[in-house]
Amino acid sequence: MFGAGGGTSSYCEVEETEFVLLWGSNARAAHPIYFHHVLKGIRSGASMFAVDPRYTDSAKFADAWLGLNVGTDIALANAIAREIIVSGLYDAEFISRSTSGFAEFAEHVDAYDLAYAERITGVDAGVIRETAHRYATAKTAQILWTLGITEHHNGVENVLSLCNLALLTGHVGRWGSGLVPLRGQNNVQGGGDMGALPNKLPGFQDVDDDRARAKFEALYQTTLNPEPGLHLTLMFEAMSRGELKALYVIGENPADSEADVLRARALLQDLDFLIVQDIFMTKTARYADVVLPASVGWVEADGTVTSSERRVQRVRAALVPPKGARADHEIIGDLAMRLGATWQAQTPEELWDELRSISPMHAGMSYARLEENNGLQWPCPDLDHPGTPFLHGWLWEEGLSGHDPAPFSLTTHEGPKETLSEEFPIRLTTGRVLDSYNTGVQSRAYKSPLRKGADLEISTVDALELGLQNGEEVLVLSPRGQVKMLVSIQKDQVKGLAFTTFHFPDLVDLNVLTNDEWDPLSGTAEFKAAAIRIEKLTGNDRA
Amino acid sequence: MTEQNISLTIDGQAVTVPKETTILEAARSVGIDIPTLCWAENLTPVNVCRLCVVEADNSKALVPACSRACDAGSNIETNNERVTKNRRMVLELLDSANDLSQSEELQDLMANYEADSSRYSDNLAAHDEPKVEDDLFIRAYDRCVLCYKCVQACGEEAQFTFAIAIANRGFDARVSTEHDIPLPESACVYCGNCIGVCPTNALQFKTEFDLRSAANWRPEDQEVTETICSYCGVGCTLELHTQDNEIVKVTSPADHSVTSGHLCVKGRFGWEYVQAPVYRPPSAIQTDAAVDD
Repeated sequence: MFGAGGGTSSYCEVEETEFVLLWGSNARAAHPIYFHHVLKGIRSGASMFAVDPRYTDSAKFADAWLGLNVGTDIALANAIAREIIVSGLYDAEFISRSTSGFAEFAEHVDAYDLAYAERITGVDAGVIRETAHRYATAKTAQILWTLGITEHHNGVENVLSLCNLALLTGHVGRWGSGLVPLRGQNNVQGGGDMGALPNKLPGFQDVDDDRARAKFEALYQTTLNPEPGLHLTLMFEAMSRGELKALYVIGENPADSEADVLRARALLQDLDFLIVQDIFMTKTARYADVVLPASVGWVEADGTVTSSERRVQRVRAALVPPKGARADHEIIGDLAMRLGATWQAQTPEELWDELRSISPMHAGMSYARLEENNGLQWPCPDLDHPGTPFLHGWLWEEGLSGHDPAPFSLTTHEGPKETLSEEFPIRLTTGRVLDSYNTGVQSRAYKSPLRKGADLEISTVDALELGLQNGEEVLVLSPRGQVKMLVSIQKDQVKGLAFTTFHFPDLVDLNVLTNDEWDPLSGTAEFKAAAIRIEKLTGNDRA
Repeated sequence: MTEQNISLTIDGQAVTVPKETTILEAARSVGIDIPTLCWAENLTPVNVCRLCVVEADNSKALVPACSRACDAGSNIETNNERVTKNRRMVLELLDSANDLSQSEELQDLMANYEADSSRYSDNLAAHDEPKVEDDLFIRAYDRCVLCYKCVQACGEEAQFTFAIAIANRGFDARVSTEHDIPLPESACVYCGNCIGVCPTNALQFKTEFDLRSAANWRPEDQEVTETICSYCGVGCTLELHTQDNEIVKVTSPADHSVTSGHLCVKGRFGWEYVQAPVYRPPSAIQTDAAVDD
């Protein structure tokens, strides 16, 4: 956001903030140790409001729960913005110095009055008003979010809608105020930092920036393609057009994790050549022509990962990997040499120092300093730099240190691509639970006493109307497919909403149901909003 | 010296510290160690064990160093005969009522203070069977000294789950789930933060319990490696305790800004996949391209 690919704040800032707006995140279950910091803040007197279609474990710690309809985040955010504006609670000085496009924005959100927002979102107008006033009048405030914001067909617009609120109130660029996207995987931030994005070189330098590219071309003595590449979703599109015929998958399990997974599996099956490099024999690996067994990055190899507070931290080998499994960088290096490269074998530290020489934001992070400081937060441009606890301090400087003002974004409520119908009247949304993780390939191995499998959580009212008992097996259908699931009746669930986890694809092939309509900017699919129908099984249908 | 600082004397040394500094912190800042049991750097002191008592010239009774703030001008003695005698008695009473054999630190203290618990009768009632109710950790309450650390870590000092509390009073007091129900049926979310703070090994990983049962727990052959958890994007530092190329338990450093020593169930226990061969791919295999399902 505002030109940087990471969250603005340090975890410990939430312990000192006045107001926390937790939006589309069940951090209590999905980011439990970050939530410890939130709880410290609440214990010290912070107020928290939680926006989520479900009354989650996290929402139970909040002063107010805004139980919005799935996919109505933009309507809610724009209504909060309008309320802040019409009540005169915006930071006029901040807006005039540090932002652009305020007049157009104010005009744009004027249509989102409280009554309209209540009708669209299902959230009481008085609660929306209260949220706006609390957020705007707090001395410090943070917005925290996760996949409840991003896993929509318009996830990027959702994020921009939250950024607008920070720009209206000046709740960014200062200690205790900020915008905090919690990253779902231990190095998803680091992957982006290292240029594992189709339009970026390491250090968020643009592929189509001639000067940046020239630096890399000089170091590697090769010519680089200036055209941005494809992200995962576009790769599947290219596969469906027959343009992409060979795929090299490293540490990803798209044969379970993609939305509309039956389609994804058919496309993987049709590839001319599939290499999978993984620590597991995943479902995707079973489609592969060649599997390259890797050692486990965080415990069998040395290196770094980057967390949600942009902290680069060392991982260290503690175990000898099983015979035949090798570190990812060794496999890639050897493959490159077979393809004709003349690289020398390098240690992880040598590779890291090479990165530091061409990624200015990492330049000051030697292994010795990472060790000494328990990790450092980027940007850290030189060896004397202490790292950066929060981003965008320039927003508070006269002249903005040469930056362009941060623009307001005009976003428009659309709702989920898949609307509810008589045929598919229930909204299915997905998410994480505490003891499991992603497609389960890691978490299934330990014997968690908390594990319940992938139940379909539905409301008491829907259960009554459908004549369903707790634990009953049902057929769940979406426009793309059907699976059998066990029903779990939840007294806190709102009518018309069903929830389940995606951790148990071997038990329930959940992504058969989910919608792969995706965001054109991020490539993320709309996992959070499918339309389904629940059918009671007759005696003969039961498994 | 600013107004915020105060001066006092500890074991004859002049010490100047910020106001509100505890006697324990002040003593450690000048290299004087005071033994503790119920204190931990990531928890608020509860003053129950009395092991850290010291003599202050402005107090009739001995004072707990872990929680008592320094008074300006006071004279503290941390290791005189009265203090030593008190600590010896505390250790003897603890040892007479509990099995302290798995706490190296308490064993060392008992030796240093020449504690002789045989002066007191053995409390047979305390010899409970360990509670082994799941595959993650066990609770052996005959080792529990009621230091409250686990209750604090489960409650508002870290986890806010409140699955355990002290039940009963007096000699019957013990840590318990609600109505003493088995842990898997309780509110417990298996973060294991209680294990992380337990000073007597009353709470321990099932892996450690099994290795001890098989007489194969060998701390001298173990290594500790710091790395980062493989699950969500928070980036918790893990200390992996390994023996014979296997992880045997996991802790986190109490002084780390991300975790303050606390973890969740995945970080604490979710590493099994690394060493379960069934989950790893056979080496460099050529598969059949066709998959039926």
